[in-house]
Amino acid sequence: MNLLLDFLAALGRAVIGAVRGAGSLALFGASALSHLVRPPFYWRMFGRALVDIGYFSLPVVALTAIFTGMVLALQSYLGFSRFSAQSATANVVVLSITRELGPVLAGLMVAGRIGAAMAAEIGTMRVTDQIDALSTLSTNPMKYLVTPRLVAGVIALPVLVVIADILGVMGGFIISVVKLGFGPNMYITNTLNFMQTGDVVSGLVKAAVFGFLIALMGCYQGYHSRGGAQGVGSATTSAVVGASILILAFDYILTEMFFAR
Amino acid sequence: MSGGAPLKIRIRGLRKSFGRKVVLDGVDLDVPAASVMVVIGGSGSGKSVLLKCILGLIEPDAGAIEIDGRDILKMSAREREAVRGRIGMLFQNGALFDSLPVWENVMFGQLAKGRLSRRAARAQAAEFLGQVGLAASVGDLYPSELSGGMQKRVALARAIAARPDILFFDEPTTGLDPIMGAVIDGLIVDCVRRLGSTAIAITHDMASASRMGDRAAMLYEGRIVWTGAASDLLRSGNPKVDQFTHGRREGPIQMELME
Repeated sequence: MNLLLDFLAALGRAVIGAVRGAGSLALFGASALSHLVRPPFYWRMFGRALVDIGYFSLPVVALTAIFTGMVLALQSYLGFSRFSAQSATANVVVLSITRELGPVLAGLMVAGRIGAAMAAEIGTMRVTDQIDALSTLSTNPMKYLVTPRLVAGVIALPVLVVIADILGVMGGFIISVVKLGFGPNMYITNTLNFMQTGDVVSGLVKAAVFGFLIALMGCYQGYHSRGGAQGVGSATTSAVVGASILILAFDYILTEMFFAR
Repeated sequence: MSGGAPLKIRIRGLRKSFGRKVVLDGVDLDVPAASVMVVIGGSGSGKSVLLKCILGLIEPDAGAIEIDGRDILKMSAREREAVRGRIGMLFQNGALFDSLPVWENVMFGQLAKGRLSRRAARAQAAEFLGQVGLAASVGDLYPSELSGGMQKRVALARAIAARPDILFFDEPTTGLDPIMGAVIDGLIVDCVRRLGSTAIAITHDMASASRMGDRAAMLYEGRIVWTGAASDLLRSGNPKVDQFTHGRREGPIQMELME
């Protein structure tokens, strides 16, 4: 009996903790967004975040996209050839990349790079009193540190995903033409004919949401880190893990909203 | 209690607990205008929490904090923001922004208020660096390139750059060698006198306390147990203050090592 009560108590604690965490994350995000309509907006911080998230993530995202496109072409070709449907390779590649793999893989790569960096930077500022120092220097830390990063995430990720889409399709194209014997003209015609605006747009909307989630988790975990180097370390881990899980969960929710009718 | 000088800061019954741990248990403190109040007390006695409550970085559970006769805890957020803008703070480890060069650190508050162009701010930074004995060329370095003593000076320059009428110093000499400690104390006193500000300095360095302070108070177990002239610290007649200032192991204060 006691064992059962202990178990229920532990379960209850975990549920309350999770709900409290979700609530405090949502409040944090809402507070950061509310600063958007209250000047000033720190353009300098926004520019820095945009370069960090967008420009410096390019190599990672580009490589991920190219290799994913290549693997996708190869796998589709091998799988579909079992029932003589190899010709659908181009269609499968473009659909998978634009709808799913472009945004999700770019999101996960950026979460690893940027979510961690944001949590570490803001976390270090927290444990060395720099965030308190901001408050004493007529600067709202949320407005200065968090809001510009959230906006930069929302803007940078879709741009990265456009590039990832193009490079992913190019990866598939290279393998199909060089290795699998497709005609280049036919492959491109197939890709363009099959691709619909909705596929690309849905992927970009996902990307914007993922960009927001990555920056939100990075900032939130950093902002609430406690207890020196170890605290910053665990904030970094939580930011990456949390952002990755949120990306996959929201990927499902958004797909459901866009395509399941 | 302080010979007629008007009170700048008046604290009554200030309480703050974190969970079950009571940190401030009814603090009463009077700080006369244009004087330096030194608050001494052991590690973890709540000195930093006291300053953070006045700054509004921590919300106290109960009590009153009056600045110029007005209780800041009853003010609107906007008014408190304005009061906070008049307070300069030197953090224990400097808390310099390591992503910004020294000159931008020093002028950060002024730039944030939007009163200055970046070009003008850069020029003015040299003036404040000069006041703490640093060359203008230091302005182009980053905080990580400076020694501990230089970081403290830069942090002091940042604290005084807005010409605040209240200044807080959180253990300004901790981590410095005795000579550099004395230099920083001297700079602090100079700056406070020049600005005519009211200051609260928390420390557990007795030499520093007597050099900086006009008045002194001791915080112990969340209460002020003694106040008096800073020059009387070493002969206060209060057993707790005596034990603390002379660093004796035996006395009314028992270190809680075996918790």
